Amino acid sequence: MTKTDVVAAVRQATTTELHRRHRRLPAWMRRPGTIFAFVVLAFWLLIIALPVLRPYDPLATVGPALAPPGPEFLFGTDALGRDNLSRTLAGATVSIPNGIAIVVAAATIGTTIGLIAGFFGGWVDEVLMRLADLVFAFPSIILAMAIAAALGPSIQNAVIAAAITWWPAYARAVRSIVLAMRESEFVLSNRLSGVGTFRSIVIDMLPAVLGSVLVLGMLDMGAAILFLAGLSFLGLGAVPPTPEWGSMISGAVQYFDEWWLAVAPGLAIVTVVLAFNLIGDALRDQLEPRLQEMTGEQE
Amino acid sequence: MSTLEVTDLTISRPDGVRLVDEVTFDVDRAEVVGIVGESGSGKTLTGMALLGLVPEPLAVAGSMRLGGRELVGQSAQQWQRTRGREIAMVLQDPSSALHPMLKLGEQLTDHLRTHLGMGAKAARARAITLLEQVHLPDAEELLRRFPHQLSGGMKQRVAIAIALACEPSVLVADEVTTALDANIRVGILRLLDELRRTTGMGIMFITHDLAMLSSFADRVNVFRRGVIVEQATATELFTNPQHPYTHELLDAVPRIPWKMVDLEAVGSATEGNRDDA
Amino acid sequence: MSAPSVDSVGVSTDTPTGAPASSGGAGYTRFVLRRVVASVITLFGITIVSFGISVLVPVRAETVNLSQQALANPEVVAAFREKFGLDLPIWEQYLRYLGGLLHGDLGISQQTGNPVSTDLANYAPATLELVVYATLLSLVAGVAFGIIAAAMRNRWPDHLARLVSLIGVSVPTYWLALVGSTLLFRQLGWLPGSGRLDATMMPPPRATGFYTIDSLLAGQFDVFQSAVAHLILPAAILAISTLGMILRFTRSSVLDGLSTDAVKAAKVKGLPHRRVLMRYGVRMASSPIITVAALSFGFLLAATVYVEQIFSWGGMGQYAYRASTNLDLSAITGISVVVAVIFLLVNFLADLLASAFDPRIRLQ
Repeated sequence: MTKTDVVAAVRQATTTELHRRHRRLPAWMRRPGTIFAFVVLAFWLLIIALPVLRPYDPLATVGPALAPPGPEFLFGTDALGRDNLSRTLAGATVSIPNGIAIVVAAATIGTTIGLIAGFFGGWVDEVLMRLADLVFAFPSIILAMAIAAALGPSIQNAVIAAAITWWPAYARAVRSIVLAMRESEFVLSNRLSGVGTFRSIVIDMLPAVLGSVLVLGMLDMGAAILFLAGLSFLGLGAVPPTPEWGSMISGAVQYFDEWWLAVAPGLAIVTVVLAFNLIGDALRDQLEPRLQEMTGEQE
Repeated sequence: MSTLEVTDLTISRPDGVRLVDEVTFDVDRAEVVGIVGESGSGKTLTGMALLGLVPEPLAVAGSMRLGGRELVGQSAQQWQRTRGREIAMVLQDPSSALHPMLKLGEQLTDHLRTHLGMGAKAARARAITLLEQVHLPDAEELLRRFPHQLSGGMKQRVAIAIALACEPSVLVADEVTTALDANIRVGILRLLDELRRTTGMGIMFITHDLAMLSSFADRVNVFRRGVIVEQATATELFTNPQHPYTHELLDAVPRIPWKMVDLEAVGSATEGNRDDA
Repeated sequence: MSAPSVDSVGVSTDTPTGAPASSGGAGYTRFVLRRVVASVITLFGITIVSFGISVLVPVRAETVNLSQQALANPEVVAAFREKFGLDLPIWEQYLRYLGGLLHGDLGISQQTGNPVSTDLANYAPATLELVVYATLLSLVAGVAFGIIAAAMRNRWPDHLARLVSLIGVSVPTYWLALVGSTLLFRQLGWLPGSGRLDATMMPPPRATGFYTIDSLLAGQFDVFQSAVAHLILPAAILAISTLGMILRFTRSSVLDGLSTDAVKAAKVKGLPHRRVLMRYGVRMASSPIITVAALSFGFLLAATVYVEQIFSWGGMGQYAYRASTNLDLSAITGISVVVAVIFLLVNFLADLLASAFDPRIRLQ
């Protein structure tokens, strides 16, 4: 695979779907898994957008403590008598947008660093890539745990900690695209005709880079939400009384017999993450050979 | 009776379109038969058919007789015993055709042991003999090496050695010099020529490069869109091409006039001053 | 990982002369040396990162460690700061930290009051035993199903495998642990739910710290049985979390291996079909599989933080969980250093193994 082929593949990946006249939806959107995924996501979007859909106030004590699921409280109540279902639905407002925020932050940081490293090369590149390798030396949960603990438990700090753990993957991918494109003919001819450094980056490289970063981001979305819930489970994310799926499950650990306390938030996580993963999988199948060239066989 | 007799070989798609249409040719003992044509002419598919490796949806009809035995319609097991043993093939790119993670000694002997049931020592000895046959020095040392440690030409010689291992009667050479540098090609062609004379093996040489065949092949079949449009001895083909397509192919090739003179003077394409090529 | 340009070795004229560039096991020793150097550099990097994290803390150290009364007294504060070198320039503080690390000093845990290193030494074997078995389980299942999925590409086993791995990746490990434990322990009583051994049993005499090995060495088969029974649920749950990744990786690596010309050449040689599948598909996948195995080990090592608490496993994971919920910073940073070092070691070993299988790696 020559570098020109990589560039061609990237360009094709980003422009094909846009320029083709859509008589039908693209193949990956029509798969049954993806349709199901979109339905699920639409559901949760609705839940986030319309707080009125929650039967009770998630923060208020509305019934007896630890009541099992019944007609009044569909998923029972927790130790403080709050409605489990309402809390689970409210948790979406915390988990989903912040999960997306992690990916956006990591992608932004990673893309910037990758662009700089790839474009300037030399010792800048070396230093930045060593930095990325350092992050990779730690299992991600451990590193994020340490950073979040040092910063203090809060959702924002959890997002920051997670973003710090995730940016290297994006930086590596972007850097390899930039390196491939640097040698390509059309960039060289641009530089020869006197186009400046900044313009070179923005006009030539950014569009292709953005396309692949978007795809990588989609693939990571589900994992990011899982990650955030995990940090909250460890007490490093959402602070009580804020309802958040991970911390709700953490609270449920001691109540073995009150199974509903853990089931509701768990199911919520599973449905959302599965939906994102289904979409990501469909996307990956569609773009598989080109994606492997971009990220160099990384998953 | 020729070593290999292909009669009315037809390879067709499920929708009826024929990719190879009633192709007929022979390969005699120690003969080099050239199969020339552009990509999509069916030449590679014909080669695949000879090894029973025509891909799934395509259907093979007609006759292919090896030493009198009919190959079309063989069972999968019979094919596995034919491949590499009675008919061998050398592929175009030796870099990807050799297993990157196995030592060369391993790759030279595994089919020897499968087909001929040789023990490890005997197989190793045979491997050394084979490497010497293809003029690779330090055969013992070479057995321990990996493909990526060799140059392109050396790898192709190893591939040829692998093909020779079980003493097949026919060798199918599919674009074997295309991936090599021009100055290495000569060596490979010389080697193949020598081998067919010493072993009596017939060679079916597939290529798109007509010029190469002028000094190397005995007979030539010109393929176009699945059909043989001209079939002649090399001398006849180059001095008196009949079909307009052959003319086209010849015109596209830069001619070396002195070579043509040689052919006429000597009267056979298989002799002449090839050593200076 | 890409193969180097093959024309870089040997000469362009076809006269075959001379031995190739590298020799002696095709450059294995040199590769090992390079990896050792790289690992040492990474080791220093790890210490820098963990030191950096401890510097991040927005709250001053004395505020956390001293009482209100002591804080009001500037002399006490000054003495405290001097004792811990808090007024020294950053790089000097780092050197103190590094020195401490080399002596095995990871600080004192705020919750247990013990040196972190002592705590970890006590708890590590339990976690390592769990993670080793979980990784093996995940590998065996993941590779086997991955090969099947590759061999039956796009037929129903393939689709099923991919669906299962997709679901496995979408479920939070701690939730699965909770659900699994509630179901199989609480409700059905099929498997034990907490600890490494039955409550009534004494651990075997300590040889490796692995209860399974130690009990066998001591001939205590009932202890062995109990240890295994207690391992099943947590190991299986951990294994599920990495199963998907290993399966997908194996599948794509095997398919890659099968799509090369080498496979065509092997068929052409007349090698039997199964031989081709194993030799080419699987063999070519062997080095990526080793790499992903190391990755899984690291991932599972970290995942024990989630799972051990639920099974009262008494290992590093439970320790880390408690440290995290109690914001025991010295313990947390100590744990991260130790885990990173273990991860480094595992990756190093994996590299050695992978390059033994695939000689092309040695050129990197």
